Amino acid sequence: MTEYIDLSLIDWSRAQFALTAIYHWLFVPLTLGLSFIVAMLETLYVRTGNEEWKKITKFWMTLFGINFAIGVATGIILEFEFGTNWSGYSWFVGDIFGAPLAVEGILAFFIESTFVAVMFFGWNKVSRKFHLASTWLVAIGANLSALWILVANSWMENPTGMIFNPETARNEMQSFWAVLFNPVAIDKFLHTISSGFVLASMFVAGISAWFLLKKREEAFARKSILVAGIFGLLSSVLVAITGDSSARTISKIEPVKFASFEAMYKGRTNAPLAAFGVLRKSGEKIGTKNANEFVFSIELPELLSVMTSGSKDAYVPGLLDHVNGNPDKGIISTAEKIERGKVANQALQDYRKAKESNDQKKLTELRTKFQDRDFRDNYFKYFGYAFLTAPEQVIPDVHGAFYSFHMMVILGFLIILVFAVAVIFLFTDKLQKNRWFLRVMVISIALPYLASVLGWILTEMGRQPWIIQNLMPVNIAVSHISSGAVQTTFWLFAVLFTALLVAEVSIMLKQIKTGPKH
Amino acid sequence: MNKAVSVIKSVVRFYTDGFQNMPGWGRKVWIVILIKLFIIFVVLKIFFFPDILKKGFRSDSERSTYMRDQLININSK
Repeated sequence: MTEYIDLSLIDWSRAQFALTAIYHWLFVPLTLGLSFIVAMLETLYVRTGNEEWKKITKFWMTLFGINFAIGVATGIILEFEFGTNWSGYSWFVGDIFGAPLAVEGILAFFIESTFVAVMFFGWNKVSRKFHLASTWLVAIGANLSALWILVANSWMENPTGMIFNPETARNEMQSFWAVLFNPVAIDKFLHTISSGFVLASMFVAGISAWFLLKKREEAFARKSILVAGIFGLLSSVLVAITGDSSARTISKIEPVKFASFEAMYKGRTNAPLAAFGVLRKSGEKIGTKNANEFVFSIELPELLSVMTSGSKDAYVPGLLDHVNGNPDKGIISTAEKIERGKVANQALQDYRKAKESNDQKKLTELRTKFQDRDFRDNYFKYFGYAFLTAPEQVIPDVHGAFYSFHMMVILGFLIILVFAVAVIFLFTDKLQKNRWFLRVMVISIALPYLASVLGWILTEMGRQPWIIQNLMPVNIAVSHISSGAVQTTFWLFAVLFTALLVAEVSIMLKQIKTGPKH
Repeated sequence: MNKAVSVIKSVVRFYTDGFQNMPGWGRKVWIVILIKLFIIFVVLKIFFFPDILKKGFRSDSERSTYMRDQLININSK
């Protein structure tokens, strides 16, 4: 499978996309969450008429503006990379990506760019209520923009609402609503925006804690922590709830990814949830891949069965079930999926032959075949498997999936703890007395950033070898360009992104040091 | 008509006043934005990121044929 494509090209293309996406993602969640915090603060100002709330609003709005401006257009580079590095993928996804991204572009342009101007230029020029409405519309617009990107990304996890057209060799949207209400998209949207709320809340709380440590702007800092602490606590609980729902959906739609992030090789009933563990090679092999085992693990009995199916007796399939199949549990083996993928691929080969011989009857017959529900559900669904040469290739990097998932979950619970303690200390008037905790709050700004990036690493690496689940592996999606060119742009981006990040952080730090009075 | 002109004038004035009275951090951020947009759309897009499928083929039909061949060619991948 890898003879034709230079592996380093795939690796460098993936590395470049990951670098760009992670850099882009440094700005996005802060925009998502901080826009809502600013809207809440301004609401308090408009409702109370207290100028202190206005000062607080303006300070956080400034930091929102810096983050928004520096982050703007960094996502465009990802679109360039689709066209250059991932041309096979770009063509194959057809209008599935085009429609949501077009809606995102229109929303971003008309809602965000219009009302952002009112937010920053409109103080004392428009009425208080109109200004407040603009701030809320920016928050809603930013989060709606994220919805469309996440809908497109979710389609890669669960391709739905489309029919493959053999004439154009691309997927065509059949149901916009099926794409929009894809169960993966709903979970991902709620989980992602709530994690953005958490990240922004920790950002506000951490910077406010720094002011308290410096004994500056104490009233401002306490009020900021009050709003960010409560919003952050509620949002972090929401992240846990949506994360649980998301994991349940993944267990059904991407069961191999699910088994990988639990490092579960053998399926079982009464399956425990590994709260944490350390993996090592077990010495056993699945085809050419090494299996892993736990050196130690902390397990919560039966919880995985309960989480996935609501019953402790429920069977949770392991990686071996998915590779070898388990007819008793209705799980098809990967070898069988490869055969079915080849049947779908053969239909496409027949289509080419019919085109070459201009056999219109056969072309019509094959076009109908690709639209037939039975063919789609039982054969085309496994189209990508035709490119696999061994069943074990469906297993992603288990170490990467396991550690990124568990670190993300542990960080999630740590974040809940930090917010809970902050709120308790604030209400019992102990926050400023516990300077150690103020330092913890400052350091904790990094935690949601880390958890958020780990979440994306899990999402994308856990889906391997697929770029589009079951339909297209990454080696088919990549463009045939020189890996040297991709390496050059990788390093170019690394330098560019670092420079932009330094610029943003330095402008932001200067504003933080200046403080809200100015 | 006069009302429409008046609205346009006030919108233009709103933006020009906003930019003229922008604080120092705003000016710095705009400089960073302009540099970034120049790098992204002029340097990167033109010199480093050609759209492979747009550049190499004359029509969607040619692109479809190429992609179909890629998708069929399972044995050589």
